[in-house]
Amino acid sequence: MFQRLPDENFRAVTLSVDGKTVTAGAADSVAAALIAAGIAPFRTTPVSGTPRAPYCMMGVCFDCLVTIDGIGSRQACMVRVRDGMRIETQHGKREAGR
Amino acid sequence: MTERSGGAYDFAVVGGGLVGSAIAWGLARLGQRVVVLDQGDVAYRASRGNFALVWVQSKGLGMPEYAGWTKRSSDGWAGFAAELEDTTGIDVAFQRPGGFHLALGETELEARAQTMRRLHNQPDMVRYPYEILERAALEKLLPQIGPDVAGATYCPLDGHCNSLRLLRALHTDLRRLGVAYRPNHEVSAIARHGGAFRIASTGEAVVAGRVVLAAGIANARLAPMVGLKAPVRPQRGQIIVTEKIRPFLDYPVSTVRQTDEGGVLIGDSSEEAGFDDTVGLGVASTMAERAGRMFPLLRGVNVVRVWAALRVMTQDGFPIYEQSAECPGAFIATCHSGVTLAANHALVLAPMLAAGRLGDELAVFSARRFDVPAVA
Repeated sequence: MFQRLPDENFRAVTLSVDGKTVTAGAADSVAAALIAAGIAPFRTTPVSGTPRAPYCMMGVCFDCLVTIDGIGSRQACMVRVRDGMRIETQHGKREAGR
Repeated sequence: MTERSGGAYDFAVVGGGLVGSAIAWGLARLGQRVVVLDQGDVAYRASRGNFALVWVQSKGLGMPEYAGWTKRSSDGWAGFAAELEDTTGIDVAFQRPGGFHLALGETELEARAQTMRRLHNQPDMVRYPYEILERAALEKLLPQIGPDVAGATYCPLDGHCNSLRLLRALHTDLRRLGVAYRPNHEVSAIARHGGAFRIASTGEAVVAGRVVLAAGIANARLAPMVGLKAPVRPQRGQIIVTEKIRPFLDYPVSTVRQTDEGGVLIGDSSEEAGFDDTVGLGVASTMAERAGRMFPLLRGVNVVRVWAALRVMTQDGFPIYEQSAECPGAFIATCHSGVTLAANHALVLAPMLAAGRLGDELAVFSARRFDVPAVA
């Protein structure tokens, strides 16, 4: 659904998303990288299990929560990707301690 | 049932929080015609800011009758919750697995154990089981505790609920029962008018045969209008709420509990701060630090909200239930445990009010207990 605009400065980095290798732009936020890779929705809510995708892309809605490098409930739109970053999507309630 | 109009009410209940709603519900359930006069959104609304324990252990030191009253409500809670779910379809998430009070360090454990012994050694103390658990025994029941936890007291009668849903369930059922709910009716005067009470407010005036003051802190201002006294003051409590996480805590702890939806509440602070209901980082960080020592896994969990609310406190911390001698038919009910005591307010107090007389077991809760001469 989403396509990248041409960007002459595009530099690729590699992420792992739920164990799969995904290519992203070095300037992407995690949320942008996931959307561009066609991974959305990438969360279900803790009480009703409703699917969620990023909504505001600016740190307000908390609908883009993911686990990044083992730390849960990070806001994907507020974190820039890094080569080798390990991302796991979150489903339902987060487990305390991870 | 549709709402009655015309102003001919058997009861006007002043206050639409948990105390007023439970009383109004209990009265309407018995066929009384009831109007509830509630303040607006400017109200302090302890009913929307509480910790939602249905708690028995440790209550009543200095007044064993209060321990008995509390236990009675705790015993009535399951039936109360079931009836509400039956009539409204709302599950108030009442659970009574027993509750713990954790002690950080041996000094806290010893102090707690002594308090419990003094409580239960009182003459006329109601009998119920409780245990003092050393760490080894506690670890079997609460394997998530941190190394600083020395032990705990446990009482099988303790429980908790979702108190916001309780308030919603009561208000939902008030509508079904035909109770007139009047928000933005801040009461300004109560006058006896023939054999009834005429209640003036920021809304339309109301006439009712009897009046029940259940307005929390505002009871201090309202009680003298009907010849009663309610020396209550606000006492601030702060609550920290975390994101919703997978269930890890099967029991409510007096300062930490996991709600039915997964959020963890950290609470039980108390401060004398007047009507200031803002939060303070000092107290909140102490609460968070203690909770992290109790359950180290909480240190990695995100906090989503912190709020403060005002308890309705008497000098001795016990409730006031009284009928006015000067204006018979005018009653007061005030306490800081509107959740725990909700079952009693609905199922025990309301029938007494409907009968026009408080039972003898409530005589001890009269505000006359504060009329003692100062010690020379």
